Amino acid sequence: MLPELGHFALILALLLAGLQAFFGIVGPMVGRDRWTAAVTPAVAGQFVMIGTAIGCLIYSFVSDDFSVLYVAENSNSALPVFYRVTALWGAHEGSLLLWIFLLSCWTVAVSIGVSRLPQRFGARVLGVLGVVSFGFLLFTLATSNPFTRLDPPAPDGRDLNPILQDPALAIHPPILYTGYVGFAVAFAFACAAMLEGRLDQQWARWTRPWTTAAWAFLSCGIALGSWWAYYELGWGGYWFWDPVENASFMPWLVGTALIHSLAVTDKRGLFKSWTLLLAVLAFSLSLLGTFLVRSGVLVSVHSFAADPTRGIFILVFLVVMIGGALSLYAWRAPLLKSQAGFELGARESFLLFNNILLVIAAATVFAGTLAPLISDTLGLGTLSVGAPYFNPTFMLSMLPLCALLGMGVHANWKRGKLGDKTRMLLTTLAIAAALGCIVSFVIYSHGKILTPVGATLGIWIILTSLVDPIERVRRKLSLPRAVVGMTVAHIGLGLFVLALTTVESFTVEHDVSLANGAATAVGPYEFRFEGVKPIEGPNYEGVGGTIRVTRNGMPLTVLYPQKRQYYVQRQVTTEAAIEMHYGSNLLVALGEDLGAGKWSIRIQVRPLVNLVWLAAFIMAVGGGIALSDRRYRMARTAEEGAPVVPAATASVTAGEQAR
Amino acid sequence: MNRFLIPLGVFGLLVIVLAVGIKRSPEKGIIVSPLLGKPAPEFALPSLTDPAHVVKSSDLRGRWYVFNVWGTWCGGCRAEHNTLMEIRQSGAVPIIGMDWRDSESEALSMLQQMGNPYETIAVDKDGREAVDWGVYGAPETFLVNDKGVVVYKYVGPITPDAWQKEFLPRLPQRQAGAPAQPSKS
Amino acid sequence: MTTINKVAIWPTALITAVLLFCATTAQAVDPTQMPTPELQQRYLALTHELRCMQCQNEAIADSPVDLAADLRRQVKEMLLAGKTDDDVRNYMVSRYGEFILFRPRMSIKNLWLWFAPGALILIGAFVAVRIIKQRAALVPQDNEPLEEDIRS
Repeated sequence: MLPELGHFALILALLLAGLQAFFGIVGPMVGRDRWTAAVTPAVAGQFVMIGTAIGCLIYSFVSDDFSVLYVAENSNSALPVFYRVTALWGAHEGSLLLWIFLLSCWTVAVSIGVSRLPQRFGARVLGVLGVVSFGFLLFTLATSNPFTRLDPPAPDGRDLNPILQDPALAIHPPILYTGYVGFAVAFAFACAAMLEGRLDQQWARWTRPWTTAAWAFLSCGIALGSWWAYYELGWGGYWFWDPVENASFMPWLVGTALIHSLAVTDKRGLFKSWTLLLAVLAFSLSLLGTFLVRSGVLVSVHSFAADPTRGIFILVFLVVMIGGALSLYAWRAPLLKSQAGFELGARESFLLFNNILLVIAAATVFAGTLAPLISDTLGLGTLSVGAPYFNPTFMLSMLPLCALLGMGVHANWKRGKLGDKTRMLLTTLAIAAALGCIVSFVIYSHGKILTPVGATLGIWIILTSLVDPIERVRRKLSLPRAVVGMTVAHIGLGLFVLALTTVESFTVEHDVSLANGAATAVGPYEFRFEGVKPIEGPNYEGVGGTIRVTRNGMPLTVLYPQKRQYYVQRQVTTEAAIEMHYGSNLLVALGEDLGAGKWSIRIQVRPLVNLVWLAAFIMAVGGGIALSDRRYRMARTAEEGAPVVPAATASVTAGEQAR
Repeated sequence: MNRFLIPLGVFGLLVIVLAVGIKRSPEKGIIVSPLLGKPAPEFALPSLTDPAHVVKSSDLRGRWYVFNVWGTWCGGCRAEHNTLMEIRQSGAVPIIGMDWRDSESEALSMLQQMGNPYETIAVDKDGREAVDWGVYGAPETFLVNDKGVVVYKYVGPITPDAWQKEFLPRLPQRQAGAPAQPSKS
Repeated sequence: MTTINKVAIWPTALITAVLLFCATTAQAVDPTQMPTPELQQRYLALTHELRCMQCQNEAIADSPVDLAADLRRQVKEMLLAGKTDDDVRNYMVSRYGEFILFRPRMSIKNLWLWFAPGALILIGAFVAVRIIKQRAALVPQDNEPLEEDIRS
């Protein structure tokens, strides 16, 4: 009964989404205020319906209702309750429902936020979000219904894929999707602006906090995915340039460019059409990514035989949404011209470089990810692209970006006058280089050529980012949250660059075969294998190994890697033992039983790898701080239809710095 | 020309690529073998049924044959077994089997149970020969002509449909009607 | 079910099974030791460069399936026999196709991919120069006040 209720709720949600889209877009167009006002109840109704649907599905999981096909395929009576809930997003149909639910949450938040904005504009934003929701709901109901019944019901479920039975799985998809879906808001703002013909600096200011919020969530989501892959399935690897990873990384890159472009549009009314395009592009990449990994068009030669129906549906949806938005763009953009100017050394220049380099990076990842498909389509044969392609090409645009960041944060708007800062910049660079060399050659050793470069850049970013806030505090000037947020986020980036450099330069990995009692040395560490014994868990059994670790002869710790076989799916997973000591992660994983008590074992020492994810988190926190700046909460004073006066809005205190 | 139409244009191209990709996605599981049109790898492996006897590729020169890579551990191989038996009945072309990374005893007992469609079976115990043929999954089936050149490769279990559409048309006409070959036991 | 789906079921099932296996055990440990450090380097480099044809996006160095072990053995034997890295790559490509290489080899067909980033940067530089020139020329007549004073 409950699954049918959930199914019905989704149908109602579809209708409400349709109404939301209709009232939101047509209402303002024909000037019917009653229609325009009808959007908000539609939003609320949709949220209730989708919430009901997802509640029904969760209930089906928790109550072991194996008459629901999706539950039967992804759960099991022996599965701990916690994972029965998270299994909801373990496969296609459920994760789609999660997508829809999060979109609904964002829409509700936006409907509250735009209540302070001109009504027609707000309605248009919600209307566009309604179109997106409509498309997804239609797709779900037509091709991916999670409430399909299984008749007769299965006696028990097929169990959740063991690698997904992990706490990180609980938070990774929801947070990732929150970011992914969140770019729909910027997209909606852009479309609303284009529909209305209102394309001014105020629009940029309204859009900024939403975009930054989505970006922050996406940053966390990607970092969580990387972390999860590291300890759950990567055996020490944390980024593979896999199409699924790239699908979330491309929107992030464009989203970062968007955040910065919005700053320029907000501040000086420049780059308006470019910002619009980026806003459309970011969400387009989200859409493209979500679906590429589900339609089976991509991935690799050995992808699952795709269900062409799903693929076609998605493609039509993409054409409607992205094609529609880009058509609007082609229509409105030519009218956007600004007479503002800026010098070479001005902040606008640096943000221009920032945007160009980020977009190039995104385009490179895009090319590499789609290359196999393009090559195949054009009959150029099967191509395969992996880390050996992505790593150097990605760095080609990112290294200059990092270098320019150090200077850019000190450039003033419009006139720049970077020359005044030369001494400070050179000093910080010298300090950074010195510290970078210490890290590269003294603390660790055997680095590569790029190691001191990367370390210097990372440290320099941190130092230059700190100069301005420290100066302000010293001079008792105001320090708005936007500046604090920016500083924190940039510091996060600097830490990230530093961590990435050390991890990639100084990781040591040994695969060895050890008999019981044998040991191997890695740097100052010695790893002694002390055999395996059988282990058992709630829904698995296996073997656990014991590895005793010493450092410079002194006992350090004991590690317990495991190999588990899950009862139901009979899959074997490897649970690596990971511990952090002295800033480095020690990872030990069991390989194969080689017979006669010998096992092949992977040992990996990764310095500073936890900093990689911590840095990403810091970036996200910076974003969070920035978007809480009070200027975003100022009520808009512009009347509907009145000409919008750029720049002179009095809501900013004097002496506030450029951000 | 309105340069703001460029994004839309690029998107249009992308849609075309994706559409073609979807249309061709059922074929995605298969890569084109680089062996097509090239001489089949030479091999000399022990026979499954008589380990003392060596199955040599040179002995097969001069006639068409189907080279089928299989194993008892492979579900798809069991699935295609009936089709292979039918091909054997039709006598169109001999099937040479290669038992890939398998246990001889289990292989023999499977053939006992399900019938033996092969004229002879080579044993590739350690997988070296399979690598030489560019095999990456079982079952895989090659069609080799009388000059020893690989004419066609099929990945996955052979279905009667595939046999009709892909293999038969490639055989020389008179071969398709030839009587069943005596099998070496 | 459409015809396409019917035909696709067996390859799907087989591939699914193998992929799940690859995905869960995810990686293998390869304790192979070559007699010299130089050979070990080359061995590691090559096994990370060659794709495991049964798994999505895994190198033969990391894949647990038998095929990967066989291919690793092949690499090892070829290196011990004194073959060059290119010999090994050619051997693999002539049997499995270009797809087995993670790094697409520079060839006419791949040129566009390898040159894309560099070309994009050049275009980007050109665009940047043009925009900055345009905007710098507008500064003298741009007297709109900024939201706040220029920082002191």
